[in-house]
Amino acid sequence: MTPLLSVENLSIGFGSGDAVVQDVNFNVMPGETLALVGESGSGKTVTCRAVLRILPRAAQIRSGRITLNTEKGPLTLTEMSERKMRDVRGDQVSMIFQEPMRSLSPLHRIGNQVSEVLWLHRGASEKEAKRQVLQTFERVGFPDPERAYRSYPFEMSGGMRQRAMIAMAMVSKPDLLIADEPTTALDVTTQAQVLGLIKELQQETGMALVLVTHDLGVVANMAEKVVVMHKGRVMEAGAAEPLLKNPAHPYTQQLFNAAPAIPAEARPAPPLPDDDLILEMNKVNKTFTMRSGSAWKPDALVHACRGVDLKLPRGKTLAIVGESGSGKTTAARIALGAELPDQGSEVLFRATPDADPITVHKMSRATRTAFQRDAQMVFQDPYSSLSPRMRVQDAMTEPLEIHKIGTKAERRDKAAQMLQRVGLSEEMLKRYPHAFSGGQRQRLSIARAMMLDPSLIVCDEPTSALDVSVQEQILTLLEKLQEGLNLSYLFISHDLAVVARIADEVAVMRQGLIVEQAPPDTLFYNPQHPYTKALIAAQPEPDIERPINLKLVAQGAGSPEKWAEAFRFTDTMVPSLVELEPGHKVRCHV
Amino acid sequence: MTKLPDGRYVDDAPYDPQVSIQQLERRDLDAPNWVLIWRKFKTHKLGLISGIFLLFCYLMLPFAGFIAPYGANERNSDHLYAPPQAVHWVHEGEFLGPFVYPITAEADLETFQWVFKPDTSTPVQLEFFCEGAEYSLAGFIPSDTHLFCAPDGATLFLWGSDRLGRDVFSRILYGAQLSLTVGLIGISVSFFLGILLGSIAGYFGGRIDWVINRVIEILRSLPELPLWLALSAAVPSNWGPVAVFFIISIILGILDWPGLARAVRAKFLSLREEEYVRAAEMMGASSGRVIRKHLLPNFMSHLIASATLSIPAMILGETALSFLGLGLRAPAVSWGVMLNDAQNLASIEIYPWTAIPMIPIIIIVLAFNFLGDGLRDSLDPYQQ
Repeated sequence: MTPLLSVENLSIGFGSGDAVVQDVNFNVMPGETLALVGESGSGKTVTCRAVLRILPRAAQIRSGRITLNTEKGPLTLTEMSERKMRDVRGDQVSMIFQEPMRSLSPLHRIGNQVSEVLWLHRGASEKEAKRQVLQTFERVGFPDPERAYRSYPFEMSGGMRQRAMIAMAMVSKPDLLIADEPTTALDVTTQAQVLGLIKELQQETGMALVLVTHDLGVVANMAEKVVVMHKGRVMEAGAAEPLLKNPAHPYTQQLFNAAPAIPAEARPAPPLPDDDLILEMNKVNKTFTMRSGSAWKPDALVHACRGVDLKLPRGKTLAIVGESGSGKTTAARIALGAELPDQGSEVLFRATPDADPITVHKMSRATRTAFQRDAQMVFQDPYSSLSPRMRVQDAMTEPLEIHKIGTKAERRDKAAQMLQRVGLSEEMLKRYPHAFSGGQRQRLSIARAMMLDPSLIVCDEPTSALDVSVQEQILTLLEKLQEGLNLSYLFISHDLAVVARIADEVAVMRQGLIVEQAPPDTLFYNPQHPYTKALIAAQPEPDIERPINLKLVAQGAGSPEKWAEAFRFTDTMVPSLVELEPGHKVRCHV
Repeated sequence: MTKLPDGRYVDDAPYDPQVSIQQLERRDLDAPNWVLIWRKFKTHKLGLISGIFLLFCYLMLPFAGFIAPYGANERNSDHLYAPPQAVHWVHEGEFLGPFVYPITAEADLETFQWVFKPDTSTPVQLEFFCEGAEYSLAGFIPSDTHLFCAPDGATLFLWGSDRLGRDVFSRILYGAQLSLTVGLIGISVSFFLGILLGSIAGYFGGRIDWVINRVIEILRSLPELPLWLALSAAVPSNWGPVAVFFIISIILGILDWPGLARAVRAKFLSLREEEYVRAAEMMGASSGRVIRKHLLPNFMSHLIASATLSIPAMILGETALSFLGLGLRAPAVSWGVMLNDAQNLASIEIYPWTAIPMIPIIIIVLAFNFLGDGLRDSLDPYQQ
């Protein structure tokens, strides 16, 4: 049987530099799914873009051959004219991009953008195109295809936009679909549904799929064949099952070990002690006023946090998990005093077990300064959390300078000591942050947060911008620091699997409310809330035996009005948080 | 490549799983920001050449009197509207070094014009490091030595002479002193106001932001040329040329700041959202410290680029005002003042060389634009 797509000895380079893709070979059979796996800089995106010849201007294909076997005979994509190439793009081979926000034109209606494919490749009339597009829209799960046809991209959520992108890629019934990290920008429940949709469509139409991803969990759920890339070279390639069960190359093993996972079996854990609390949030509410678009409508109120109660025992890790817009970051900012909660909320912080608590929700200037020495934050994006104009040394000593601690030499020594503590070397003090990799920068910002010897660190998604293997190292580092210094972490994340590893207690948030709260093992052993169940079920596991359970995802992922009777909540009527067993609270009507 | 029994391929190249976290990922970027900007700017050829050219022009300014063969207001009443003279090297097959043929004016009784006839039989060699009109070097060292000047009994009008018999070439050099610096003084005023008000508006937001924005909008809605005219007409006519020059440059600066303030405000708003600014605030840094240590250094380069792009507007503004007779006035010499003499279409037609000051204006404005463009392109050196 001839492969649909074959890539032979492909090498690609930028300018005069070293090749970023070296000697890559793979074949895709008709109807088969091939996953290109790798971390950032591995050359996986460049490779898949080379198939459609949509490389950046500076890149050139140095050697190799890409052949597409169509019904009309083989086409050598690397040697075709640009004119002929255009006929292939979007017709026989189509592509889905990572960022659904940016891959649709904001000025055109979605229907028109999708129909364009049919006008260009099939010469379809407007009416015929619309009929086919509406069919496809229905197929990809738009509840009201007519309305979707008429709407603009900004009217839709990220998941819906990605569905529109899939519809655009599918409407011409391509032989091959290339999906470049199609779900990386989506929430985990939406990711599960989009992956499920792609898989279903593939079974229906029999097209082949090249899936580019960094997530072995996605691979385990989708792929039949895997190509693992690292720094432009293929490390391991072959059928998915043996590769995932028994990775042969050390790099694959490393990736596999680094992939966060929810334990397959869990035992309920005892509740946390609450006699020595470092941070206590009682009935914290936060309402933002959103200016309404029209001058005649009243401003809308957005409830970012509704009655959030959290207790963080000293030396432990409390994690808040939720999708974007769930209010988890607002809660963290309130905990640090960066945002003022509504009247009646209470945030208490105790620097030492027997100290008088600081009322974070109403601090004077002096207490704020004292509080800032004890509570620090680690940010999400390592690329923007260090000023590009400051040497590492200046960035590191800045907190000490602000609080006027120590002499210049003492500050420098402390910075050097902190760098060693986070695994970097002292000679990096003189360097500038842009020379460092994402993981190193995150280490730097952890080191900077540690400079004031705080007792509480708020980590706002500290690993979500990093590669899996780096994420694993950073989590290990955070654990090591906690052990050594008795730190307490408030850990914000959207990823239940990351939290499973580091947290002592997890609070799951949705629309400003905590829906379920328990130690992670209890939560995985006995999840009660449909949303928690959906989050757990949607987590792609790098284990081929544990596929995503789409039914559970569908039950919990929708809006809270659609949850089962016992858990349902609306704007006005909210069930209370009930303690089902010691240390396990669920928001439900009992 | 090894093939495993189950059909898998595995790479054999040695692999170190602990690829050291000590290694710098982007060794090429391991340098201070300005080095990175310079590296990238060097590749922008047009910008680089323009930059070198402008540097050369500004370095020349203090020595304009030395290079010019005549004084700024030195009259030569026998040679009104003399056409440009060529410098020759070879006379009747014999190499003489640089020399000119003396010219004499004759009245043409049919057209009533002066006609200048070169005397091609007597070549006169140029003199070097000769004594001539007095000037002050760099503004304060009196001197009368010129790099080259006309020999006795001849004239040296490289680009012709004007209506009063003054050398256009020399006057362009003197004019550059005012025309080029007016932009610098104007831009410093506009920079100061723009950064101050723009950063206040951008950092504090709220009511202050609202007020500053409205002021900017009102200033921008005023028609520019009439406003210039009104402001410069208000300059007392008995003030000396230097005072007028300062007032003109300050007027230009005051009218230019709103554009800069807007750019600063927009940049501030976007930089405020950067996490390193949030981090500094969380550490307890005061607003002053955040602005000084984090915000300003990070957009200074953007400001310099946008300032470079607005200097030409200042130069053109000065030229326009002086051209209309409302800016600098004689005896001050600037390119606009010189063009004031070329207002009459008929005189340009008969004596086209009186319009030569346009050429340096065009070249300087283009050079500033290329330089600004090059700077702007190289500001973000972190990406490739």
